[in-house]
Amino acid sequence: MSGPQRAGEPGTIRFTFDGKPLLARRGDTLAAALLANGIGLVARSFKYHRPRGIMAAGVEEPNALVTVGTGGRSEPNTRATDLFVYEGMVARSQNRWPNLSFDVGSILGLAAKALPAGFYYKTFFGSAKRWMFYEWFIRRAAGLGDAPNAADPDRFAQRAGFCDVLVVGAGPAGLAAALAAAEAGERVTLVEQDRVLAPSLVRDPQELDPAWAEATAAQISALGGQILLRTTAAGYWDDNLITLSQRLAEPGQQPPNGAAQRLWHVRAKRVVLATGALERPLAFAHNDRPGVMLSQAVRTYVRRFGVVPGQRVIIATNNDDAYLTAAAMRDAGAEVVAVLDTRPAPAGATSGFTVHNEAMPLATTGARHHLREVSARVGGKIVRWQADLLAMSGGFTPVVHLHMQAGGAALDWDDASQSFLPGAARQNVTSIGAAAAADPIGPTPPPENSGKAFIDFQNDVSLGDVDLAWAEGYRSVEHLKRYTTLAMATDQGKTSNMAALGRLAEKQGVAIPDAGLTTFRPPYTPVTMGLLAGRSERDAGAHLRRLALYDVHQAKAPTWQPLGYWKRPRAYPAGTETLAQAALREARSVRTAVGMTDVSTLAKFEVSGPDAAALLELICATTVAKLAVGRGRYTFMLREDGLVFDDGTVWRLGEDRYLLTSSTGGADRMATHISYVRQFLYPQLKVSAVNVQEHYAGIAVAGPHAKTVLAALIGEEVPRHMSTVPAAIGGVPVLVLAASYSGERAFEIYVEASKAEPVWSACEAEVTAHGGCLYGMEAMEFLRIEKGHLVVGGEIDGRLTPHDLALGGMLNKAGGYVGAEGLTRPALTQTGRKQLVGLEALDGTIPEGSMLITAPGQPAQGHVTAAGLRVLDGGSIALGQLNDGFARHGELLIASSPTRGLIARVRVVAPHFYDTGGERYRD
Amino acid sequence: MMLITCPHCGPRAQAEFTYERTVDSVVQPGTDPAGAMERLFTRANPRGLDDEIWRHTFGCRAWLVMTRHRVTHAIEAIRAVGPEALP
Repeated sequence: MSGPQRAGEPGTIRFTFDGKPLLARRGDTLAAALLANGIGLVARSFKYHRPRGIMAAGVEEPNALVTVGTGGRSEPNTRATDLFVYEGMVARSQNRWPNLSFDVGSILGLAAKALPAGFYYKTFFGSAKRWMFYEWFIRRAAGLGDAPNAADPDRFAQRAGFCDVLVVGAGPAGLAAALAAAEAGERVTLVEQDRVLAPSLVRDPQELDPAWAEATAAQISALGGQILLRTTAAGYWDDNLITLSQRLAEPGQQPPNGAAQRLWHVRAKRVVLATGALERPLAFAHNDRPGVMLSQAVRTYVRRFGVVPGQRVIIATNNDDAYLTAAAMRDAGAEVVAVLDTRPAPAGATSGFTVHNEAMPLATTGARHHLREVSARVGGKIVRWQADLLAMSGGFTPVVHLHMQAGGAALDWDDASQSFLPGAARQNVTSIGAAAAADPIGPTPPPENSGKAFIDFQNDVSLGDVDLAWAEGYRSVEHLKRYTTLAMATDQGKTSNMAALGRLAEKQGVAIPDAGLTTFRPPYTPVTMGLLAGRSERDAGAHLRRLALYDVHQAKAPTWQPLGYWKRPRAYPAGTETLAQAALREARSVRTAVGMTDVSTLAKFEVSGPDAAALLELICATTVAKLAVGRGRYTFMLREDGLVFDDGTVWRLGEDRYLLTSSTGGADRMATHISYVRQFLYPQLKVSAVNVQEHYAGIAVAGPHAKTVLAALIGEEVPRHMSTVPAAIGGVPVLVLAASYSGERAFEIYVEASKAEPVWSACEAEVTAHGGCLYGMEAMEFLRIEKGHLVVGGEIDGRLTPHDLALGGMLNKAGGYVGAEGLTRPALTQTGRKQLVGLEALDGTIPEGSMLITAPGQPAQGHVTAAGLRVLDGGSIALGQLNDGFARHGELLIASSPTRGLIARVRVVAPHFYDTGGERYRD
Repeated sequence: MMLITCPHCGPRAQAEFTYERTVDSVVQPGTDPAGAMERLFTRANPRGLDDEIWRHTFGCRAWLVMTRHRVTHAIEAIRAVGPEALP
């Protein structure tokens, strides 16, 4: 093989491919540089590991995928044709072992007949066990590049854009449209995925002087237009929103300044699609060999990059465009051996080349790295030529992807060009240039030779696979696609769709437009995950909210626990205490002396106005209106379907003023629910509901000494259980609620968050003086489980009714609350429902989250919602949900956690393990 | 991403809004139980225009009723609801 040659000086940029140092010229794509270095074999195919080279010169390239960059910056599956070489670039081939030339996986190619379409489904999905055994080998054998295993060091920017006209594609048509719009005074944005303007003019300068593009761009800029190069319109969404992916650095390259890529959300008044057309390959045996390229791609390498990819070229075509490639090759000094034209001989002028009409390639032969011979049917004869390059053209497919993403109602079939053209558009979008019209083509004869004739090169789908799918009964184009994986690779079938559709239509005996189309989905070309994530990494999507008393806690080095958007102290271990030891010490302090904890995160709503009680009686399923001023009560809230979704307390602070508390994790949901009832269901109510969750910090003081501590703090009569009084601590106004979650006499002190610290300090001094300590969420959990109090997300899991939770007696008898109607559903009163129970261990420790069974192997009858222990006496206890649980007290069951291999025998009991009469918190 | 014209704030990106539910799923307390369940669980889900409840969550927080085409996403009408919108 004489190999590719390059005019002019050798390279000035150094890069490596598979570790080999190579030189490139500035402006080269990796594909151009590899061709210039005589490297024909670039990749191994996805399924059969067939040797593959470079087929295209643009984003449609199906074969030449590489991994570029190192460490966290490495980017797999990057098209060598869409990657501009930079100094120090490190590129590697993929899907080969041990190396590209000698690839063990290519043995699969020899056994290709055993790997037809649907092979994996047929062979391995018969039994799950077989699949699980083979999966590891298959995943290793078939695949793309490896995902980077280190964090991406680069930043990814996002930006919003607005314009009157967005023009996609800076070819001659796009530039002209952008200039016209700019001259008409419109705000113009012009985007081009390549890094140069009008690359087609560089390829075909006879059309228009490439200098025209620069001049036009300068005019557009002068009129205030914005031109973004290396920017792909990746997705077209509702109301003319287009997402752009802008490369600020090449894949794998350290960004020269700032971000590596930028994601744009551009809202345009109208959009002009000048997206051009993609050339189709021809289907014949071994059309995937390195050295077989698309005709326009060959011309691009010659004219734009100065790389002549072969010295003896055969042109195979069904249209006129390929003759320009013949001319370009001849001008570059290569020998045009023959032009094979599928069309009959035209009358009149000759092209100056050796043209064979009614001719079509049959097969190629050669070695891994290159092409040696092309055989073709010419009329009735078979002819062979020695050649090192075959340039093929099967016609052109207008790029209608964005048009279809925009909700293009239809595509119009153009018989002369055998292509779909953009039809009516739902949005304000027009297609122009080669995206809107294609030149006529001649016939495309089917392959005769039995060798593999690929149509989807990236997913290794041949025409034979389409036939097989048809023979096995796959009739719809959607089924064909899924069965053969056609067009499902990262190139989304840019070069393969039309060939497959044509074959399917032929089988169905219908015209191509009647065979159906698959959906065009964004992105047009692959985008990196980093681009989509932008700055929303780690917890940026849900910022951690910091307690008003964060610094006070942090000084005591607690173990923190996430809770909703918050972190709360889980325990305050002293010295070498473990978490469990600390939590038990804290809980015992509450049971025997006094403890205090931060309850600031509870949801809190201040409801006021003449109709405050009316609103609360809609939200709460218990009565509210009968509360006296200064009194409070436990309450719970239902969804419209009658199931409990949250609980809390409601307090009457004044004649027309209430405070409602509910769970921390459900705070946002509750805010929306209240807003819905108030704004949507009952806008006529005279009431205001304000979310004061973060306005107030809350401190709970609990234990036998709590009353003494409170008296010392507020210096007056402490409220009795479920009463509230305004007071002051150290001159700071506070609201004291007497409510107990722990089961002991307890108070919640609410104070304006910014003034919480002195109040906390005063409480802590008093608590310490009475032999108490701080307690965290773990101790609180022990205390409330023992007392049988519920937690949202545990016992209240959105699947139980008030009756199931033994709260039925508290329901507002008058009804009228949200969920009252849902509660009457027959399914909610049937037997067999899960009901709240207590569980005590006969032996061992009840595993958290375990299921309740009667005997090993039997189906679960319920589950443990929270496991704890008797704080003072020891002994494992738990709360749970059990089918018909109320009637099963005394029954023995097994609490089993098979995933952890933990098990305990349990007795079903009432869900109260401590002070069942409630004497301890009453006066 | 749709462009939604909030009656208070003007055209804003859909990202500022939250979809809540369809109007035909709203159960006014006091509805007879059978009718309430019908509204909750048996919905029309038309392939075409439907009345939907949205919220301008990351804007003015207004509750909105929007008549929107489920296929084309075209918004035929939009109005704010709540005490301020009462006649």
